[in-house]
Amino acid sequence: MSTWIAVALVCAATLLVGALGLRLSRTTSDFYVASRMVSPRWNASAIGGEYISGASFLGVAGLIFATGSDMLWYSIGYTAGYLVLLALVAAPLRRSGAYTLPDFAQIRLRSAGVRRVTAVLVVGIGWLYLLPQFLGAGLALRTATGAPGWVGTAIAVLVVVANVTAGGMRSVTFVQAFQYWLKLTAIALPVVLLLIAWHSDGSPSPASVPGSEWSEPLSGGDHPVYRTYSLLLALLFGTMGLPHVLVRLYTNPDGRAARRTVLSVIALLGAFYLFPPVYGALGRIYAGDLLDSPDSMMLLLPGRMLGEPWGDLATALLTAGAFAAFLSTSSGLTISVAGVLSQDLLRGRFRTSVSGFRVGAGLAVLVPATLSLLGVRTGLADTVTLAFALAASTFCPLLVLGIWWRGLTRAGTLAGLVVGGLLASTAVLLTVSGAVSSGWPAALLGQPAAWTVPTAFLVMVVVSLRTRRTPGVNTIMVRLHAPEALDLDRGDHPTPP
Amino acid sequence: MTAGVFVVVVVLMISVFSFRRRSPDLGTPAERATFDTLHTASLAAPPLRDGLTPESAQLAIRHLRTLLGTPAVALADGSRLLAWDGEGVHHREHAQRHAAGVIASGRTSVLDAAQIDGDQPCRVLDCPLRSAVVAPLISGETVVGALIAYGGAASAALVRATGEVAIWVSTQIELAELDRSRTRAIEAEVRALRAQISPHFVYNSLAAIASFVRTDPERARELLLEFADFTRYAFRTGGEFTTLADELRNIERYLVLEQARFGERLRVRLRVAPEVLPVAVPYLSVQPLVENAVRHGLQAKEGGGLITLGAADSGADALIWVEDDGVGADPVLIGRILAGQSGESVGLGNVDARLRQVFGDRCGLVVETAPGAGTKVSFRVPKYAPGVHAGPPGP
Repeated sequence: MSTWIAVALVCAATLLVGALGLRLSRTTSDFYVASRMVSPRWNASAIGGEYISGASFLGVAGLIFATGSDMLWYSIGYTAGYLVLLALVAAPLRRSGAYTLPDFAQIRLRSAGVRRVTAVLVVGIGWLYLLPQFLGAGLALRTATGAPGWVGTAIAVLVVVANVTAGGMRSVTFVQAFQYWLKLTAIALPVVLLLIAWHSDGSPSPASVPGSEWSEPLSGGDHPVYRTYSLLLALLFGTMGLPHVLVRLYTNPDGRAARRTVLSVIALLGAFYLFPPVYGALGRIYAGDLLDSPDSMMLLLPGRMLGEPWGDLATALLTAGAFAAFLSTSSGLTISVAGVLSQDLLRGRFRTSVSGFRVGAGLAVLVPATLSLLGVRTGLADTVTLAFALAASTFCPLLVLGIWWRGLTRAGTLAGLVVGGLLASTAVLLTVSGAVSSGWPAALLGQPAAWTVPTAFLVMVVVSLRTRRTPGVNTIMVRLHAPEALDLDRGDHPTPP
Repeated sequence: MTAGVFVVVVVLMISVFSFRRRSPDLGTPAERATFDTLHTASLAAPPLRDGLTPESAQLAIRHLRTLLGTPAVALADGSRLLAWDGEGVHHREHAQRHAAGVIASGRTSVLDAAQIDGDQPCRVLDCPLRSAVVAPLISGETVVGALIAYGGAASAALVRATGEVAIWVSTQIELAELDRSRTRAIEAEVRALRAQISPHFVYNSLAAIASFVRTDPERARELLLEFADFTRYAFRTGGEFTTLADELRNIERYLVLEQARFGERLRVRLRVAPEVLPVAVPYLSVQPLVENAVRHGLQAKEGGGLITLGAADSGADALIWVEDDGVGADPVLIGRILAGQSGESVGLGNVDARLRQVFGDRCGLVVETAPGAGTKVSFRVPKYAPGVHAGPPGP
């Protein structure tokens, strides 16, 4: 019962905040306050709030629990991707003035074709990332309350659609930042209770439980070395291609602030991802029988370890946190995907931009919702990793080469995006449909980044070397790399081209 | 099951993004030949629309050779060879000489082998280039270059084809010229639409400052400095755009000066979402709206009033509005002002024209008003628009 109340509260709060979002923006008569931009710390909390998805809230602990210490790399990779983003992408991307990835493609390559392909990829990655969110919402509610799986999915879908189409087009920093702290609290408080219970139980070691090659590195599954490196590659280079994260960089006043923001994000995510491994290890001791459904372990664990009423309360808190995570990430993704759909792929088919955006939002949710209701069943964190792999095989080469190499050309970009996108999405389709399940093929397709990312880079570089350079690339590079305060020729025309 | 679902999704994706499909009915051979020719011409057109330059000629010439079906084709302008495509590259260096006569006379001519070789006889035994048809490229009244088709023996058909292709290329070059004049016209229009500060405001501010010079010299000095900063912002050169945050800071200067005149009668409330502060807006695009609210809305109203200045996030756009609870206006009059038929509020019409110029008609001003009901003026700005970048931050 307490779980239902918690979930209802989270849903109501999300809808309310979405509808009243504007009221939360500053109302003042003080110009100094009104014209102050969002500070990097607030911005970082907001990115954290949107980024920590329900799939990683429940999924990472489940993976560590089921597969073993290799999965600690998930915690690290989800955070360290921002290090790559910080070093290579954040400031130049902000300086470019791009709001979305298609905008960046257009700025750098001045090509409508590349823009269109980028838009299609954003939609694909968005769908792939939304699928585990909706699946996870169903799973969380089923585990905590016994309701059928589709109930949670349906609730999440409805709340997201209502929120996004009614008023949630606004990305309110304060709300997203609050989400981060809510999630951190929801995952951290139960840990305290669980650790107390564990301590009073005599602090048993998870390594002492039978079947305990679990705690040894590189012990679980086929080809653990390949899988680990491929996973790391996907997570490190995929973060920069997540559409809902990149749009938040735009909120920063300049490139320097964008860097500071991303730096703070690393600290915030680092703090959050300390906790899932604790759940994984405790689950190994107290919930060893749940290995068949690892994603629900985290919700059942408090019930096993704590008596009434603390167990129920902790489960309610965790469910609420997970649900908040599903909703915030799904909303952010839906807004990004809907924006790209209405701007690039459905442009001109609707009378007003608002109705175009609403149709876009519907379409953005429709596909993953249908898939999850039709009964696609995949591991939450696995599917998220595939979304990262797809992003790493397409947008990572586009961004890294686009920012750091003058030689990148339109033809090269198109070839790289298409090859990387096709390879990675083929791997995704084969994996999710369950066509291959063992041996090298399963490892190569389940963790495709190790071969798709280098291939995409290679294709982009080779084709670029064989084609003519994009005109005016030097002024674009000045815009991307020179600090804003310097008075340089950035190709500002007095008129739009 | 799941595999089937994914097939459905893929099909959905393809139909949603509606990649253009080609009709399976390919037509008769004659029709197909026409299609092919038109398609080749359409491939050559885009580069030529940039005008006759080495780059554009290089990109287009391959398609021109396909059209003509000759062993080699060259394009030259009055001073140099622009591009060469095909066999017999050893004749390349003479191409400019081949073109020179035609460019001078403006008439198509046919060169035989001796004329092609000139004073250096061709040493290649089976050289395929035994004749050339040279046709002038004419833009407007002037000959701007020549198209040279090299072949075995010059036939009447080749002469005709070369002439027709040259005319087609000339048309494209003329269109390029037209594009350039249109761009120049737009640039001139934008220069004419530069941000303006209203003469009323200059006069009123100076009068208000003058009234303080004796009674409160310190205040007069502060106001004068604000005025100096305001004019520096308004007259600055460089980019046409600034951030919304900068525009807000300048509106603050403007309101400080207006409050020197209105005192407590003028109250201001801001409701600004900080997420949209980095959005690039044209210089002085919001300030005239505030000035309009002050002058037309509140000046005439007993007891002054409240101006609300707002900005909100709206997906890929930012929504900006200025609202006053003043005397309002007749919507018909506002319609005439925006249509440029009434000179009564130059600021409003100017902002509307500039916004449409830069961001398209979607982003013009929206005015909601009625006599006695106050006025709300709002507009949308895309967070990203090609070529729109805020200049460096102001003072």
